[in-house]
Amino acid sequence: MSDLRKTPLHALHLELGAKMVPFAGYEMPVQYPLGVMKEHLHTRAAAGLFDVSHMGQVILRHEGGVGPAAQALETLVPVDVLGLGEMRQRYGIFTDEGGGILDDLMIANRRDHLFLVVNAACKGDDIAHMRANLPGVEVEELTERALLALQGPAADAVLGAILPDVAAMRFMDLAIMASDYGELWLSRSGYTGEDGYEISVPAEQAEALSRALLAHEAVEPIGLGARDSLRLEAGLCLYGHDIDTTTSPVEAGLSWAIQKVRRSGGARAGGFPGADRILREFLDGPARRRVGLAPEGRAPMRDGTLLFAAEDAAEPVGTITSGAFGPSVGAPVAMGYVPADLAEPGTMVWGEVRGRRMPARVAKLPFVPAGFKR
Amino acid sequence: MKFTEEHEWLRVEDDEVVVGITEHAAEELGDIVFVELPQPGTTVTKDDEIVVIESVKAASDILAPIDGEITAVNDAIADEPAKVNEDPMGNGWFFRIKPSDPSQMDAMMDEAAYKAFIA
Repeated sequence: MSDLRKTPLHALHLELGAKMVPFAGYEMPVQYPLGVMKEHLHTRAAAGLFDVSHMGQVILRHEGGVGPAAQALETLVPVDVLGLGEMRQRYGIFTDEGGGILDDLMIANRRDHLFLVVNAACKGDDIAHMRANLPGVEVEELTERALLALQGPAADAVLGAILPDVAAMRFMDLAIMASDYGELWLSRSGYTGEDGYEISVPAEQAEALSRALLAHEAVEPIGLGARDSLRLEAGLCLYGHDIDTTTSPVEAGLSWAIQKVRRSGGARAGGFPGADRILREFLDGPARRRVGLAPEGRAPMRDGTLLFAAEDAAEPVGTITSGAFGPSVGAPVAMGYVPADLAEPGTMVWGEVRGRRMPARVAKLPFVPAGFKR
Repeated sequence: MKFTEEHEWLRVEDDEVVVGITEHAAEELGDIVFVELPQPGTTVTKDDEIVVIESVKAASDILAPIDGEITAVNDAIADEPAKVNEDPMGNGWFFRIKPSDPSQMDAMMDEAAYKAFIA
């Protein structure tokens, strides 16, 4: 794994007994001695600490301030960036000319500039895309900061013991706080379906902050394995699996991320790559939709499992894009794409597992209720 | 007890052999969430894929370690796959097989050889 990049917490992961795997060009902890199942359940019951330093942290500046930066970014994302309040963040997507998805990201308004968090595997392309297409905007990748996520119902109390002001933050609020660990950039957000925080910390302080958080009995370190099952139960998309350049945001069930002002009839309708297709799908409905799937029985239906409309149907009608055992659900859970007329919750479809057709029920997402502090 | 390179253990009990996966294998697989066992009475040939197990990470096949007839399976692990992780060498056994040629086990590793194999 010598060609792989390491995060500032690499040595701590090894000390904690993590099993390291290659992920998006980084050597990352997939699990710790607790194991994926217990790490998952612990996060939902108390708090889990995740190293997400492999993700890209990017600042967008325009000499005219945050407004022109937001206006420019709106040409690449179908999101209301101009309407994003100061010290607030929202979910966004980069679309391509065909209406597919280049990446998903978080967009934050930091008063005089924008702060983005993008996927590790896409960050090089995202940054090149922005540098090429955002005239007048300075695109700066921050390589000297680590990113931690503290997730779960105890996250509030744990972080509040170090930084009392975090308790006042609501879901998707931002804060910048001086601390014993340098200047911390906080957002009350995450990707597990739980309440929690993402914390950008100077790289040289990341280990000390992690140790301080892990010292709390409610906190366990959590690897990428549990991160995946947590986000899947929460109905959240994994780029490269549930969304990619072949899926449109409307198909992917991400219409909520496209605010009314960017839709047909809105004050700033369109004006983003792929707007023709995406706005048409709002009006006509997409041909297929991303749905939750609850396989019957205990056998997980994994990514790539073909879906059929009937047990004896000759041709598949869709594919599973994420599938695993859901530790909190206590049963297999999956997401995938089916034709729009099969997307109603309760509809039965069949997944082909090891040559056998197994029934799965279209299920409402998320599989577990969200714990956000709204 | 005998061990295979596929990380199965075999324990002879009278004229039958109990088969499971080793602690090392259970640990490497991670939390097991699904086990599909063969029907008792099935006649199997060495290296047939007769058990499917899925962990939180991936699906794997367990191969028949020897020729013979499956005489019993451990339904408890199909109902509660975590039992395999909890006690892989005991309550987490997979199946019993009546060997048609017990000499197939002669060349298998003993415990010391297996320990060296996984070291």
